[in-house]
Amino acid sequence: MPREHYLNHEFGIKSWLLTKDHKRIGILYMLSITFFFVIGGIGATLIRLNLLTPYGTLVSAETYNKLFTLHGIMMVFFFLVPSVPAVLGNFALPLMLGAKDVAFPKINLLSWYIFIAGGSLELWALISGGVDTGWTFYTPFSTTFSNTNVITAALAIFIAGFSSILTGLNFIVTTHRMRAPGMTWFKMPLFVWSTYATAIIQVLGTPVIAITLVLVAMERAFHIGVFDPRWGGDPVLFQHMFWFYSHPAVYIMILPGMGVISEIIPCFARKSMFGYKFVAFSSIAIAVFGFIVWGHHLFIAGISVYSAMVFSFLSYAVAIPSAIKVFNWSATLYKGSISYRTPMLYAFGFIGLFTIGGLTGLFVAALGLDVHVHDTYFIIAHFHYIMVGGMVMAYLGGIHYWWPKITGRMYPEGWAKLSALVIFLGFNLTFFPQFILGYLGMPRRYHTYPPEFQVLNVLSSAGASILAVGYLLPLIYLLWSIRYGEVAGNNPWGASGLEWQTTSPPPPDNFAVTPVVTEEAYDYSKEREAAFV
Amino acid sequence: MAAHVDYFYFFMLLNFLFFFFLVVALVLVFAIRYRRSAHPKAEQIHGSLLLEIGWTVIPLGISMVMFAWGAILFFGFNRPPKDAMDIYGVGKQWMWKFQHLEGQREINQLHVPVGRDVRVVLTSMDVIHDFAVPAFRVKGDVIPGRYTAVWFHPTRPGTYHLFCDQYCGTLHSGMVGDVIVMEKDAYQRWLLTGGEGSLAQQGQKLFQQLGCNTCHRNDSQARGPNLAGLYGNPVTLTDGRTITADDNYIRESILRPEAKIVAGFQPIMPTFQGQINEEQVIELLNYIKSMAQEQPGGPVKTSPNSPAVPGASGPAAGTR
Repeated sequence: MPREHYLNHEFGIKSWLLTKDHKRIGILYMLSITFFFVIGGIGATLIRLNLLTPYGTLVSAETYNKLFTLHGIMMVFFFLVPSVPAVLGNFALPLMLGAKDVAFPKINLLSWYIFIAGGSLELWALISGGVDTGWTFYTPFSTTFSNTNVITAALAIFIAGFSSILTGLNFIVTTHRMRAPGMTWFKMPLFVWSTYATAIIQVLGTPVIAITLVLVAMERAFHIGVFDPRWGGDPVLFQHMFWFYSHPAVYIMILPGMGVISEIIPCFARKSMFGYKFVAFSSIAIAVFGFIVWGHHLFIAGISVYSAMVFSFLSYAVAIPSAIKVFNWSATLYKGSISYRTPMLYAFGFIGLFTIGGLTGLFVAALGLDVHVHDTYFIIAHFHYIMVGGMVMAYLGGIHYWWPKITGRMYPEGWAKLSALVIFLGFNLTFFPQFILGYLGMPRRYHTYPPEFQVLNVLSSAGASILAVGYLLPLIYLLWSIRYGEVAGNNPWGASGLEWQTTSPPPPDNFAVTPVVTEEAYDYSKEREAAFV
Repeated sequence: MAAHVDYFYFFMLLNFLFFFFLVVALVLVFAIRYRRSAHPKAEQIHGSLLLEIGWTVIPLGISMVMFAWGAILFFGFNRPPKDAMDIYGVGKQWMWKFQHLEGQREINQLHVPVGRDVRVVLTSMDVIHDFAVPAFRVKGDVIPGRYTAVWFHPTRPGTYHLFCDQYCGTLHSGMVGDVIVMEKDAYQRWLLTGGEGSLAQQGQKLFQQLGCNTCHRNDSQARGPNLAGLYGNPVTLTDGRTITADDNYIRESILRPEAKIVAGFQPIMPTFQGQINEEQVIELLNYIKSMAQEQPGGPVKTSPNSPAVPGASGPAAGTR
């Protein structure tokens, strides 16, 4: 008779669909966002195939526009935003705090249902007829000129937004109220800090995009005259409102990833985090500053020179906390005892790719240079280095890191290292040429392009095929490992967090005895048994 | 300008390479030197205030140089030289239409003379477009309902890509054209191939056709403000505000006359929204501009091309 844990204490589809266990909800999210990732990935595949030639030979212009819209909406709203918070956050945050569950378990389940409702509606909107506005819904194209399912698509994001708000709310309350005895704020793992900072953005920012999309739908249906100048509206107002959420949302899509990296690096360097408080507060600083830099998406949209200067200045300010994190991660490695397990490889990959993404962010924050690269492939490359090179690497690193805790089994190390390498190489081959394309002037969202850009586009598409293989591998070997992987034990990495003190997989209510925290976060001064490091 | 942008780009690139290789070197050197097999026991180091201050203040300082340099360039982009020649452009799904002051019109091609500052004043008939000429390192959104401007100084004859850089619907990637930079005399010859009269003359015709002159006249019968000497000068409104009569103000007053009423007049002018298109508005605008030059009391112009205000638009709309 195997020990009872959260996966085997109940069986059947009903036990999953009605679960209030944060760990099971995390897995529900994992399955659903993997599905949405595959849909978004199919969109990306078709985009890259089409761009193999300059003439748009594979799909029509109409289809192409619907494909990049599908890719953007699926990846941003239904994969990246929920990825680390809703999957790893749900699974790990209560465990890391020593709590039995999140503060509102029923709301947690509700948020998953809302997410699925929004996701299903979005999928329907994108597939039955499609949407051709891009994920940015710029007016007055979206309000007046597009003949596609704009209202449904906007409504679906509106719905899914509530899921994000509720998850954020749950994490904020959980962090404040559910910490184990002795778990003071400065003993919390940095993953909790960054998830907490993310939750603030989710709660404060998401309502703004919800309102904005409602206004788009109302303008489209009733011509209320907010955005379209022919009815007295201001089309640029939409961009202000959209980016007031969507720029902070960029931090929703990277902060939790930074949190994952802050867990992995001390663990596999066997060192306490260098500059713990600076890393913790830099998360909060990013969340706060993130709300006042939206204007840098509008440098060429006719805003005044002086407001552009303010936004440029603030955009440099928000880069500093990210730089602080990178330097502290690097310094944590100094005099460590470093093992190259898969999560650590992902962390190394993250640092390299995020650094490229971050440093090219300095290019686009510079007013005079943004004029040239704005709306070109330079931007595409820049934000994919952050979103994919950063967040997806961190997500995969986190999945591998917590996989033994989630399933009780080890993933196959050799395959995992191989796929990390393939993803790293494929990613760079896909997106590095796009920086060059952008500086040469190739505009984004182009179905056809001048022939001189073809070589770089072919390189990028070749990289995308390698990247696709890299993403398929974990899908296969992780599933395989659930049945055939080595039994992991409670703490295969000899890691310091509370989640490693309970059994793997954890019991339904996480801890047999509520843990009492006495040691600092990342206390690696004492030896722990680590079967797999 | 283009060369200046590239110098700045290389400065950014140097910073990029420095910080990127710094981080990569730190990670690689530490990861190899302190690998588990060579360094089995980690030394616990909790941090260093000095280092934290260092890697906060130094990047902040460097980034302020980036900020300042970028802002200076941007100011240049937004302050067209006073003697720049104007060309009007209208974006619509999915083509570019250009109107030269001399009356020449073209679609998806923009002929300009080499060695002159050229300011393209732009608006859109439908969605937001973006006028981008990568070779000149310039770009600006083209927004329905207002004028924005992009200026450049072509230095070499040739044909350069003109792209729409703001996604504008189905044939967005077909909204491309060429900027054709010509030697000055070739450009002058090219201008003569058009035969409709200057933009201002076309505007004058339209002004009479639409009956604008029945109210906007220079006598006691006038029910609308006299437009002679108007352009580029201050106007006092009924609500007491004083604004400058620039391109955006005149455009708005034609299409939404009730928006800003000149002090001493009744809001009786009908709207021309939907009755004339953006190209015709540009014709009227240029006629009104030309009336400013005819007026003896008005500002003296040395060249018919010189704009009365440096930017293309009012402060609220920005000047790009």
